[in-house]
Amino acid sequence: MKKNIMTALIAAMFTSVFAAQNKIVVEGSTTVLPIAQKAAEVYMKKNPSLNIIVRGGGSGVGLTSIIDGTCDIADSSRAIKQKELDNAFKKGKKLKAHTVAMDGIVLIVNPSNKIENLTSQQVKDIFTGKIKNWKELGGENMKIVAVSRDSASGTFEAFMELALEKKRVRPDALTQASNQAVANIVAQTPAAIGYIGLGYLSDKVKAVKYNGIEASVETVLKNKYSLARPLFMYTEMNMKPEVKKFIDFVKSVEGMDIVKEAGFIALK
Amino acid sequence: MSIKSENFREKAIEYTLFILSLSAIIFLAGIIFTLIKEAIPAFKEIGFFKMLLSKDWYPTYDPPDFGILPLMAGTMVVTVIALLISIPLGLACAIYISELAGKREKVFLKPFIELLSSIPSVVYGFWGIVFLAPAIQKYFDIPSGYCAITSGIVLGIMSAPIIASLSEDSLNYVPKSFKEAAFALGSNKFETLMNVTIPAAASGIITSIILGTGRIIGETMVVLMLSGGAAIMPTSALEPVRPMTSAIAAEMGEAAFKTLHYYSLFAIALILFAITFVLNMLAEKISKKYRIKLGSSR
Repeated sequence: MKKNIMTALIAAMFTSVFAAQNKIVVEGSTTVLPIAQKAAEVYMKKNPSLNIIVRGGGSGVGLTSIIDGTCDIADSSRAIKQKELDNAFKKGKKLKAHTVAMDGIVLIVNPSNKIENLTSQQVKDIFTGKIKNWKELGGENMKIVAVSRDSASGTFEAFMELALEKKRVRPDALTQASNQAVANIVAQTPAAIGYIGLGYLSDKVKAVKYNGIEASVETVLKNKYSLARPLFMYTEMNMKPEVKKFIDFVKSVEGMDIVKEAGFIALK
Repeated sequence: MSIKSENFREKAIEYTLFILSLSAIIFLAGIIFTLIKEAIPAFKEIGFFKMLLSKDWYPTYDPPDFGILPLMAGTMVVTVIALLISIPLGLACAIYISELAGKREKVFLKPFIELLSSIPSVVYGFWGIVFLAPAIQKYFDIPSGYCAITSGIVLGIMSAPIIASLSEDSLNYVPKSFKEAAFALGSNKFETLMNVTIPAAASGIITSIILGTGRIIGETMVVLMLSGGAAIMPTSALEPVRPMTSAIAAEMGEAAFKTLHYYSLFAIALILFAITFVLNMLAEKISKKYRIKLGSSR
């Protein structure tokens, strides 16, 4: 009995080694994750011999993995950092960025909140702590509960650069580890304001206009809405043929449909 | 089977077990080594005391700030609240089960309390999000229910079974003759409990509290889900906090590899490890003393 189990284990190890040739590992940003996951599912149905493994972990994890050679595609919601480029250079790796979608960041408040529009200055003042009460913005007399993302997330970095001009978020802001968690808190808390990726918008929260412009596919693609950022998949410069085919698939019309389905903004 | 082969088998088993038990030490050494190795660059570049005493935690800004005082304060506030709940709760359970409960109640209660400690922490966290956080927000009329007291209460409930179970064991170890002597001198049940049983089991009870504290400090999921995550110096239990464990869990995934942020997270982990290590040593020492004391008095 034991012998059988051992043989099975060894066999499993060997098959996994052989199968590695037809395997693509995708790792990184949780923002890009839904796109990568759906694209992998559809693509694997078309190519049954191929095995695509999709993991989250965060932009930093994905980029670290591709530099270490433990994944083939790194999802990232931010551009690669100089420090990471240096690390890649040290290991003799050249990386290539593929823009796969655009993501709009939406400011959300509780549905009970009457606020419809915020200017970029007001948003900045709210999140840096200058404006502390909804009264100051013409709302009810409630202390503002700012909900932010963890300081290392891609969404946070994008928001900090696009909306806060790299100013520091007030230290008493609540921080949450995912888009969904921010949406949940805002849905639960009457005085809350938060920001999430366009794909996570639901009717449990209310989207607020930014500088009078509503966040939508149109306004992002026409460059009217300024809280938007590109999403990347990083590969090595010399891609394995099956990796290149997968990236091409993601960028194809069919791939862009997946992007739209996941709630992001397709490039075409 | 000959004696020789019997001997060989005995030896073989002995060595295998020896190597396996050694592996635990090797893993521990490996973990400590990695922690120290990855934490040193942070201490070197930021400065040990500057890191420990500065009040700003802004690791991804330019220029960044790596003060972990608010994180340590967050851990402390949450731990104190949790202990305020888990010690009375745990001890009351232990005393009832060991001293007052009938045989049938005992058979029923103890396994249930131990079952309580095996519920995954994420389930406790989920309960906190769905039920406790909104309730706290309404009850205290505060802007948000995600704050120190919410995660403190959940952690208290979570660690009470540990204290209850271990304290109950140590109350059980108190020799019957002690209690009989007290009864013979005319003490009633309550007096016996307060003056004889509890003092005799004191070191065991203290050990259980220390181990419970270690569990609270190291718990990650609940504080990540419930404490709000704001890195401020808390001035009240109703403010959001960012305990050390939740900072590590939330930021490790996105911190760029081998950057100062990455190293500083290891530094936090090292400090956390040092705290729990000291607590465990303390528990070990106290429980050893307790064994000797009881042994000589038996």
